[in-house]
Amino acid sequence: MKKLVMGMIGICTIVLILFGTQHYLASKTGTNVSSNKVLNLYNWGDYIDPELLKKFTKETGYKVSYETFDSNEAMYTKIKQGGTSYDLTVPSDYMIQKMKREHLLLPLDHSKLTGLKNYDTRFLNQSFDHNNQYSLPYFWGTLGIIYNDQYINAKDIQHWDDLWSPKFKNQIMLIDSARDALAIALITQDKSVNTKSRADLAAAQAKLTALMPNVKAIIADEIKMYMAQNEAAIAVTYSGEASEALSHNKHLHYVVPSEGSNLWFDNVVMPKTAKHQAAAYAFLNFMSDPKNAAQNAEYIGYATPNKKAKVLLPKAIRQDKQFYPNDQTVKHLQVYDDLGQLWTEKYNDAFLEFKMSQK
Amino acid sequence: MPKSKQQRQLFYIIPYGIWLVLFVIAPLILLLFQSLTTQNGHFTLQNYATYFASGTYLLMTFNSVWYAFLITIITLVISYPMAYLLNRLKQKHFWLLLVILPTWINLLLKTYAFIGLLSKTGTVNNFIGLMGIAPQQLLFSNWSFLLVAAYIEIPFMILPIFNSLAEINPRLAQASRDLGANQWQTLRRVILPLSMPGIKAGIQAVFIPSLSLFMITRLIGGNRVITLGTAIEEHFLVTQNWRLGSTIGVILIVAMVITMVLTRERARKSSRNRG
Repeated sequence: MKKLVMGMIGICTIVLILFGTQHYLASKTGTNVSSNKVLNLYNWGDYIDPELLKKFTKETGYKVSYETFDSNEAMYTKIKQGGTSYDLTVPSDYMIQKMKREHLLLPLDHSKLTGLKNYDTRFLNQSFDHNNQYSLPYFWGTLGIIYNDQYINAKDIQHWDDLWSPKFKNQIMLIDSARDALAIALITQDKSVNTKSRADLAAAQAKLTALMPNVKAIIADEIKMYMAQNEAAIAVTYSGEASEALSHNKHLHYVVPSEGSNLWFDNVVMPKTAKHQAAAYAFLNFMSDPKNAAQNAEYIGYATPNKKAKVLLPKAIRQDKQFYPNDQTVKHLQVYDDLGQLWTEKYNDAFLEFKMSQK
Repeated sequence: MPKSKQQRQLFYIIPYGIWLVLFVIAPLILLLFQSLTTQNGHFTLQNYATYFASGTYLLMTFNSVWYAFLITIITLVISYPMAYLLNRLKQKHFWLLLVILPTWINLLLKTYAFIGLLSKTGTVNNFIGLMGIAPQQLLFSNWSFLLVAAYIEIPFMILPIFNSLAEINPRLAQASRDLGANQWQTLRRVILPLSMPGIKAGIQAVFIPSLSLFMITRLIGGNRVITLGTAIEEHFLVTQNWRLGSTIGVILIVAMVITMVLTRERARKSSRNRG
């Protein structure tokens, strides 16, 4: 007993000493939060080239305190509950709309933005944020199909409807997300991915249920790992996940069906909790710089909305139709709107019923 | 400065009391409150009505109970003979340690290890490949889910059974044999009834957490096994309908309480009077 108590006291002491040392080091190097030369960046995990953060600090003198989240909803809840002081964060399209509606965002002063002209106009002025009053695009991407050329012929899997082919029995891994799964069914029926019609949704659910015999698993981020390991022949997932899977297995390919798909955005916004606005604008301008944006796009592997940065990318990336689809395809892509509480639940209930329909 | 015994006892209760209020009672009240109110804070039973009127949720509840039941049975069938055997070994505490060892490893890590074992290019398929059998689809099936869940829960079943078996006086078994009972009769009439508290504790320790397993349902089961944990996660994270999520939480708690009551220690007196 005495040993145990001594042990615990020992551990506590060590923790305290380490904590004190860390605090001391932090105050010495000036990263403590009370300093005004700081930027609190709240971003997805591993979603920026760390070299760029160093470069930013070197150029502007602002220290970056980088915190991460793993879902839009987690980020939203944390900002809404208050008690945070994030200067910038990176939500996806529908979440920007939701945060905007709930007055959680500060409008951007366009006169302070120097890099606005670098962006491709196709990716500005989207339905979730007209005239980019609140947000600047960070990365964009699509929903599509990964297939493995060892098992599947390219010509057999170019369109969403191909997924329903009886040839692919028990071969497809589907992303575990109500919006995306239902979007596939809605697109094959020529309906909007933001439909608020009960009939459309019911029809989409029925169509999706017919896909079940082909579905091997309904999972999330693990898709890229499983595809890289040849666990399944086909998967439906986002372009960002796909680019990672493709980099691990040369037999994998990514297709964005030309009849349409989801176009998603991660945009940088300033939450109303922002305390260091000058630092935030400095960072927005730093990231709009073509050279920095290109470096980031090369590191992350997602598609950059920065037109001038795209030119700087290596030819192999720039001309990759998988991740920079042609205009014809881009024209058919649809952005998700925030559906509101009622319809978010309806979509999720439909998806849950689909998931339960397996036996 | 001698304090009275009562005062000292009161002093010891304080940390326990604070803990209980902060981390047990307050969250339970919050959960119940969420499940019984509308967005505007009015009292309502609507969430419960939604739950019980939905075939999906009822089916999911049935699934949860059914899989938790299967996991409990599998672990019990494996654990009882194992605990019995361990008790007869010379270095029994060493062998028990080996059984408990996996609980020191993070649950997710163990799950990922199983992915490595069961995937198409994994160890198991490589092994059966040596014998000329084509790779099998092992992941994303009910069996793989049950296997992994049972593996994770087994230590919690073995431990209480082992302890209750260790407490039995070996002379009781000898006496039983002296009085003419064969080995089977001794096991059934003497050992089994005496180890019943351990079995019940093991069932509680396995069945209750199994009701709300959810990471494994996705990672190993590929969402082919859907339990209430999946629905709770969805309501808290995706639809942000915390009220319905809390309702499901409350229903799970009620299910757990029922399990506790069913497997509780019967009052000693009645069992003694019977003899």
